[in-house]
Amino acid sequence: MWTWFYKLASPPYVYRVAAALMPWFLGLAAVTIGYGLIGGLVFAPPDYQQGDAFRIIYVHVPSAILSVTVYTIMAVASAIALIWRIKVGHAVAAASAPIGASLTLLALVTGSMWGKPMWGTYWAWDPRLTSELILLFLYVGVMSLRSAFEDPARGDRAAALLAVVGVVNVPIVHFSVVWWNSLHQGSTLVTLEGPKMQSSMLWPLLSMLLGFTLFYGAVLCIRVQGEVLQRERQSAWVREAIKS
Amino acid sequence: MTVSAWEAFWLLVQRELRLSFRRPEQLLQPLVFFLIVTTLFPLGLSLQLSLLRDIAPGVLWVAALLSALLSLDFLFKSDADDGTLEQLALSGHGLTVIVAAKTLAHWLVTGLALVLVSPIVGTALGIPVGAFATMLGSLALGTLTLSWLGAVGAGLTIGLRRGNVLLSLIVLPLAMPLLIFGAGATDRAISGTNPAGALYLLAALCVFTCTLAPFAAAAALRITLE
Amino acid sequence: MSGGGFWYMGGYARYVWPCIGFAGVVLVWNLWSARRSLAAAKIRASRALAMAASEAR
Repeated sequence: MWTWFYKLASPPYVYRVAAALMPWFLGLAAVTIGYGLIGGLVFAPPDYQQGDAFRIIYVHVPSAILSVTVYTIMAVASAIALIWRIKVGHAVAAASAPIGASLTLLALVTGSMWGKPMWGTYWAWDPRLTSELILLFLYVGVMSLRSAFEDPARGDRAAALLAVVGVVNVPIVHFSVVWWNSLHQGSTLVTLEGPKMQSSMLWPLLSMLLGFTLFYGAVLCIRVQGEVLQRERQSAWVREAIKS
Repeated sequence: MTVSAWEAFWLLVQRELRLSFRRPEQLLQPLVFFLIVTTLFPLGLSLQLSLLRDIAPGVLWVAALLSALLSLDFLFKSDADDGTLEQLALSGHGLTVIVAAKTLAHWLVTGLALVLVSPIVGTALGIPVGAFATMLGSLALGTLTLSWLGAVGAGLTIGLRRGNVLLSLIVLPLAMPLLIFGAGATDRAISGTNPAGALYLLAALCVFTCTLAPFAAAAALRITLE
Repeated sequence: MSGGGFWYMGGYARYVWPCIGFAGVVLVWNLWSARRSLAAAKIRASRALAMAASEAR
């Protein structure tokens, strides 16, 4: 049962699997994002309160959810790498950081653009927005720390520790709308009575969420190949791998 | 002669304090920086004292944060430079104890000093005497938490080129909740509402950090010293 | 659908379309940047292997 786990610790295996999976992730991402965009921008009816401005949700919510998910994945991969000394964990963490940072930026920018018609302001120092901004700073900190070391292995470990320490921010981002009086609206999708959104609006949103996740998977596959190559440059299997 | 963990801890704290007082400039610099920064705001904004009161908690806290960052340099640097840090790590008492001792000593000479000076600065910024208790309490809890966060950051960045810029980049995002609650508590005390809620949250943050940060900082040192 | 047409977005066009546009930019950048770093890693790896081979000789 644990053999798949052991295989995942093997750099050549991860390299091959990533190369093979990438086109599938990318293709499925294209389909789901395409359906989500058409369903959300064209066919979903305008919101009775916000009109067509609500359509920003189709890029804002997926990028926001993913910004936090990717950080968590980065922190878990870092923890695995630190505890069991599995270098592939560092490769996954290093590959995930720029993707997560760009998605956090997207969430902040689209959220800001949505804030103007919805709340009348481009920014507010409210718990959710502030903690998401802190998330961006944490991503940048992890990437900067990794590249500051001359010894890449040490840089990996230092960045991994920082990623794990920073994961404290993740529940703060998620629960900020519950714990404080926030300008940002509360939970719409995950509630006790089920999603509070009508299906013609909901399905494209879920599709966009799935599409963004698949897209992250595709880009991760590409980046992780490079990260693994960098850490295993001296190994024999690399010679065969880079011929392709 | 073997020494228990507690004895090692206290011996180390005493050593740190003795070394710090031998170089009083090292202690005075962050303090003077704190005073200068708090002066910059009123000079730049040219506000009357009654209006200054509104921004006083924020100014106080930002200045405390920045001067704490300045002083974090001293936490590990000199010991790392002359090899003492490695000797301490090899001493068999566990890096956690060593880190805890150094951080406590660091707080005693920087954070605590800040707290003691704060009534003067508070008066200069227009904070009413009635809010002083909250101000002192929040600064005490806050600077302690900051020393611990700083220990983790300092452990990760010892000996790096432009390490202090990176240190700020690492510590400041983690310190933002601290700033929000600390300044918020003092703000509430000034405006007359009950600051207890914010103070409790600040205390909770402090306890959380003080329990987990020693292990994180020790792990950071282990990574750097390997 | 809303009055004014699809591109008009009920008056909110200057908020909605830049968001969609920036999302596209971010997605494209991710793909492009990832491809670039993989190519660079492959070049560095082949150079390292070439150096190791010439040293072994």
